[in-house]
Amino acid sequence: MPADPVKRDAHPSQPPGAPVGRTVAAAPTAAAPPKIECRSLTKVFGARPERVVEFLAAGGTKEEAQARFGNAVGVYDVDLSVRAGETFVLMGLSGSGKSTLLRLLNLLHDPTAGEVLVDGVDLTSLARAELLRVRRTKFSGMVFQQFAILPHRSVLDNVRFGLEVQKLPLAEQRRRALEAIELVGLAGWEGSLPAQLSGGMQQRVGLARSLAMDADVLLMDEAFSALDPLIRREMQDELVELQARVNKTIVFVTHDLDEALKLGDRIAIMRSGRVVQLGGAEEIITAPADDYVEAFVAGVDRTGVLTARSIMQPVKATAHVGDGPHTALTKMRRFGLSGLLVIDRERRVQGYASSEAVIAQLGRAGSAPSAEAPEGAVPDRLPLAPALTVGLDTSLAELIAAAAGSSEPIAVVDEGRRLRGVVVKGAILAALASEPPPSAGSGKGAAGAA
Amino acid sequence: MLLDYRIPIASWVEKLVRSIQSAWAAGFDGFADIVRFVINGLLGGLQAVPPLVLLVVLAALVTWKAGWKLGLFTAVGLFLIHNIQLWTPFLQTLSLVVTAQVLIVVVGVPLGILAASSDAAERIMRPILDFMQTMPAFVYLIPAVMFFGIGLVPGVVATFIFSLPPLVRLVNLGIRQVPVDLVEAADAFGATRLQKLVKVQVPQALPTMMAGLNQSIMLNLSMVVIAGMIGARGLGAEVLRGIQRIQVGQGFEAGLAVVILAIVLDRLTAAFAMRRRDGSRAREDG
Repeated sequence: MPADPVKRDAHPSQPPGAPVGRTVAAAPTAAAPPKIECRSLTKVFGARPERVVEFLAAGGTKEEAQARFGNAVGVYDVDLSVRAGETFVLMGLSGSGKSTLLRLLNLLHDPTAGEVLVDGVDLTSLARAELLRVRRTKFSGMVFQQFAILPHRSVLDNVRFGLEVQKLPLAEQRRRALEAIELVGLAGWEGSLPAQLSGGMQQRVGLARSLAMDADVLLMDEAFSALDPLIRREMQDELVELQARVNKTIVFVTHDLDEALKLGDRIAIMRSGRVVQLGGAEEIITAPADDYVEAFVAGVDRTGVLTARSIMQPVKATAHVGDGPHTALTKMRRFGLSGLLVIDRERRVQGYASSEAVIAQLGRAGSAPSAEAPEGAVPDRLPLAPALTVGLDTSLAELIAAAAGSSEPIAVVDEGRRLRGVVVKGAILAALASEPPPSAGSGKGAAGAA
Repeated sequence: MLLDYRIPIASWVEKLVRSIQSAWAAGFDGFADIVRFVINGLLGGLQAVPPLVLLVVLAALVTWKAGWKLGLFTAVGLFLIHNIQLWTPFLQTLSLVVTAQVLIVVVGVPLGILAASSDAAERIMRPILDFMQTMPAFVYLIPAVMFFGIGLVPGVVATFIFSLPPLVRLVNLGIRQVPVDLVEAADAFGATRLQKLVKVQVPQALPTMMAGLNQSIMLNLSMVVIAGMIGARGLGAEVLRGIQRIQVGQGFEAGLAVVILAIVLDRLTAAFAMRRRDGSRAREDG
């Protein structure tokens, strides 16, 4: 469950450039230029890649190109921009080109065509010395799946590697390395060798090595995939927490959708070297762009990602506080409902009137017209029970808990307690069963993805 | 007839060798002078030390690097060599081996690194190395003698050619076997090519490189005996004399001395390679 539900907020009213879930002080304005920008980026491996690019441009597929020329197509014609301060996830199965795309960002792979812009500077145009300078100042190195720390160096010497390469004074290298070691919780292990550490701790060394660089962009390639599930979850949580403190621009590659949904502010799903969908976690889940993405999201644990907003349904009928019992019953009968949410003039939810309660009240009023109550006032007021209400960003997991003890519909309200929709048990089940919920929420998601 | 025509490989090679000889005469002479100076200097130095002192120093060095067992073996072996009056030939051979090995390392390591860093360089080098290693060792003696006359220098050159390939191969292999993500990490953190080589690739490749060093030393030793045929003094010359005079005992004694030297050098370099491989454990308490 996200600590900060607003982080997953994909509401269309949000300004397009605004980073979600960040502190206001660190938030750049909507007009801020992208941190990293790819323009028709293509990578074809092997000899004479130009002819393969021509073939692809003429409409050939990656598989045809492979069969015909023997060249592997890593990435083809990718345009995307990564905003400063966001966690951008590249996701796909193996061979989808996600790791290749990551390595194109700092030119570990030389692009066959296209441009990579970091802070507006096209890296492909730089001389080697300039490129090295960019790698040292704009990027915090990279965090690798198999850690890629040097077995013959101590933790401290591994962490200061990036600073040593820059030939910084030894005292500064040590100071910054020790800070980074502290930050990842490895204080006291500075003198240890990698072989003495567990996998999780080795990856902390890898992470510390990047953090010591203190540059804006952090590239992570399947960084947690080699760890066992418990440690992986722990590291994910820590990364989220760490990110809130250090506020880097993170590009994170993973094949694990749950991980992508947990970490990513935005997710790009890749297939055959192309980005097939780009959007927030909820968009990906609720409005998969094609069968591939749909198959991908089929197995995901939706409970932490889906929110009331995306599975709620429009309210068919409500009762107003001034409505009498007969009016309410008529509405219930007409719409086939077993109860009505009662709202006031501002659509604020006041309570819930079930058909049983209304009928019971009418029965009491009919049997003893004026004995207990003064001249017919009672039948005019609806019997109000407190309504179950949740916020727009309540997660599916919480909705399940709320719905478990009752058969009433759950009212979804916004910050002003105004009624926005209802969630019925059927919608929760449908969401769990990965059917696209037939609601306004999903429609909004689709609009956002387009 | 086509079948009657004989391709004159022999005369081509002779012409080539002669033209190289005349074109580079000064270069060869200068090189020969340097090699001779180094070998003689080394030999003079070793001979100046009293045998017992040298024995103790070498045994102590071996004990330090490879343990007391090999140290003891070294002491006993050297004592035996001195006892059977092969001390001077032993020192001559040692000088030759060391000089040739220094040359092999100085040339072989950079060539191996070059082969590792460029597929094209590797493709060019591979057949040449195959050729150098599989050509019968004796064949190198002829051009060596033509270029440098007889004596120690052609012995060093022939040894160099014969023993270079395994070092180049294994340096190349060792560097190519460094896990790709370590190399990528070095690049990602902005390391220059030299930094990547010195800080990442060489330390990782060191065990394999040491195995290459070990192999080339062994070939070096075997060639040193053959070099006795072209007048390189030392244990090889003693073995040869035993063969020529059909003195089995004398030949065996000289052979034994070579074996002792071979075992010590082999175990010593192997110990180095092992220590490097276990470097993590060795530094644990540090």
